[in-house]
Amino acid sequence: MYTQALNSSDGDDRGVEDVARASQFQARIDADERIEPNDWMPAAYRKTLTRQISQHAHSEIVGMLPEGNWITRAPSLRRKAALLAKVQDECGHGLYLYAAAETLGTSREELVDAMLSGKAKYSSIFNYPTLTWADIGTIGWLVDGAAIMNQIPLCRCSYGPYARAMIRVCKEESFHQRQGFEIMVTLCRGTAEQKAMAQNALDRWWWPVLMMFGPPDQASQHSDTSTKWKIKRFSNDELRQKFIDATVPQAEFLGLTIPDPGMKQNANGNWEHSPIDWDEFKQVLAGNGPCNRDRLAARRKAHEEGAWVREAAMAYAEKRRSRQLAQAAE
Amino acid sequence: MATANIEVSETPLVLYALRRADDALILGHRLSEWCGHAPAMEEDMALANMGLDLLGQARELYTYAAKVEGRGNDEDKFAYLRDVRQYRNLLLLEQPNGDFARTMVRQFFYAAFADLYWRAMMASSDPTLAAIAAKSEKESAYHVRHSSEWIVRLGDGTEESHRRAQGAIDDLWAYTGEMFAVDDSERGLIDAGIAIDPATLKSRWLKTVTGIINEATLSLPKSDWMQQGGRSGSHSEHLGHLLSELQSMQRTFPGATW
Repeated sequence: MYTQALNSSDGDDRGVEDVARASQFQARIDADERIEPNDWMPAAYRKTLTRQISQHAHSEIVGMLPEGNWITRAPSLRRKAALLAKVQDECGHGLYLYAAAETLGTSREELVDAMLSGKAKYSSIFNYPTLTWADIGTIGWLVDGAAIMNQIPLCRCSYGPYARAMIRVCKEESFHQRQGFEIMVTLCRGTAEQKAMAQNALDRWWWPVLMMFGPPDQASQHSDTSTKWKIKRFSNDELRQKFIDATVPQAEFLGLTIPDPGMKQNANGNWEHSPIDWDEFKQVLAGNGPCNRDRLAARRKAHEEGAWVREAAMAYAEKRRSRQLAQAAE
Repeated sequence: MATANIEVSETPLVLYALRRADDALILGHRLSEWCGHAPAMEEDMALANMGLDLLGQARELYTYAAKVEGRGNDEDKFAYLRDVRQYRNLLLLEQPNGDFARTMVRQFFYAAFADLYWRAMMASSDPTLAAIAAKSEKESAYHVRHSSEWIVRLGDGTEESHRRAQGAIDDLWAYTGEMFAVDDSERGLIDAGIAIDPATLKSRWLKTVTGIINEATLSLPKSDWMQQGGRSGSHSEHLGHLLSELQSMQRTFPGATW
């Protein structure tokens, strides 16, 4: 109900571009001011952010599935509690981000429906399966590690609600990342079988994780305007490079081999990777990853099987409201 | 290789702690099965939250059982290396999640009991149990509130939700009697002031439950036949499947540290 008030300020001119206002808006961005929900903003800015924040929210919610796959099989009570808490955090991030997206004028229901219908995307990394316990360590170490690289700059994003959400999300993500790395340390210090499990997980996740940063800079669709609007502050390739440079010594510490025999350190100290198989990326994005169908099916099932519960809650709230009104009238 | 089940010296105090620990672990595990699949994101959060509370209770109680037993067992050995016949939880708590109504009815029946139980146990002459009780009581109070609200919403919601909630009550009712049962092993602890007698809580539990069930326009079954056996290891068929999943890693990779 409060969000309606937030959205009413520009209800009529939403979608209408105004040159003078647009230049004022850009001046505010250039002066590093934060844009808030009540402020005027170009329709394209609103659209870009709605897409990005809701995709981010969908990723958190779909991302619960691959890790949730191991909650009931976690190998110790401590790991079980930590994993359940972690997946719960992800749900919290999802809720938080849907709320941030709603400040731009689209309801959570609409956003979720777009995901369930397959229209809206979520991060492709969650279309890969978690086959062993080492995948849980690897996801924390690398997937959350990559997410942090992407998200730290978003804490300074020009849109206030998103930036503030990211500050909190990043704190929790960095905890998750350390937790994942600690699982890897334990595996790598364990039996030969455990270490092989860790190496195998790294082999399977390495390339998909590098793809998380998105297409190479020459091929990226959204970067130019996003950079101008200070939604994006570093290019895909810059972030990918930062991630690789941070990760190589960690793999070395673990005694694991990054599955890229061609990787070499250049004169600047940066690690240069072999070419990424962007065809695989395109295939997964197009719905042909190993788990795309399973993930969507699981979310749809939860949504459909929960429909009667949500209907009951609405019906009860309605009954209670009318009873209260009737009482007040007496 | 430690593939075999552990042996447990079930002295009355060890058995007591294991029974409550198993209750918390098994129900916590069941709730954790919902994670990512709940009817609304808010419920994903709430069910995980309650699951975490219960896992925490289980860990404290197992750790205490291990200390009292003093045979080198620990929380993980108790959880992962006992077979169905060695588990001591209430039958109610191992019942499958079913639909959301069934999960909520199971939660409500147990939480309404656990809240009273842990509050009374705060007066235990055993300081560890009294401390665990104090923490668990706070958590259970929320579990009662959360599940009661849902029972009322579902019972007084739509025709479908009413039918599902009533069906769950009818099916689960026969598992509620076990919460109040006491055997010789526990009788000694009650006499010594270490445990409290759950039978003394029954009328208050029934009052809470009846109040909510009435408000929800639902009804309790007339039958007073009650199933028992969980406390002595005679379980339903469901527990074995739960354990085969819960214990799969420890059974597959015996002796490894995770």
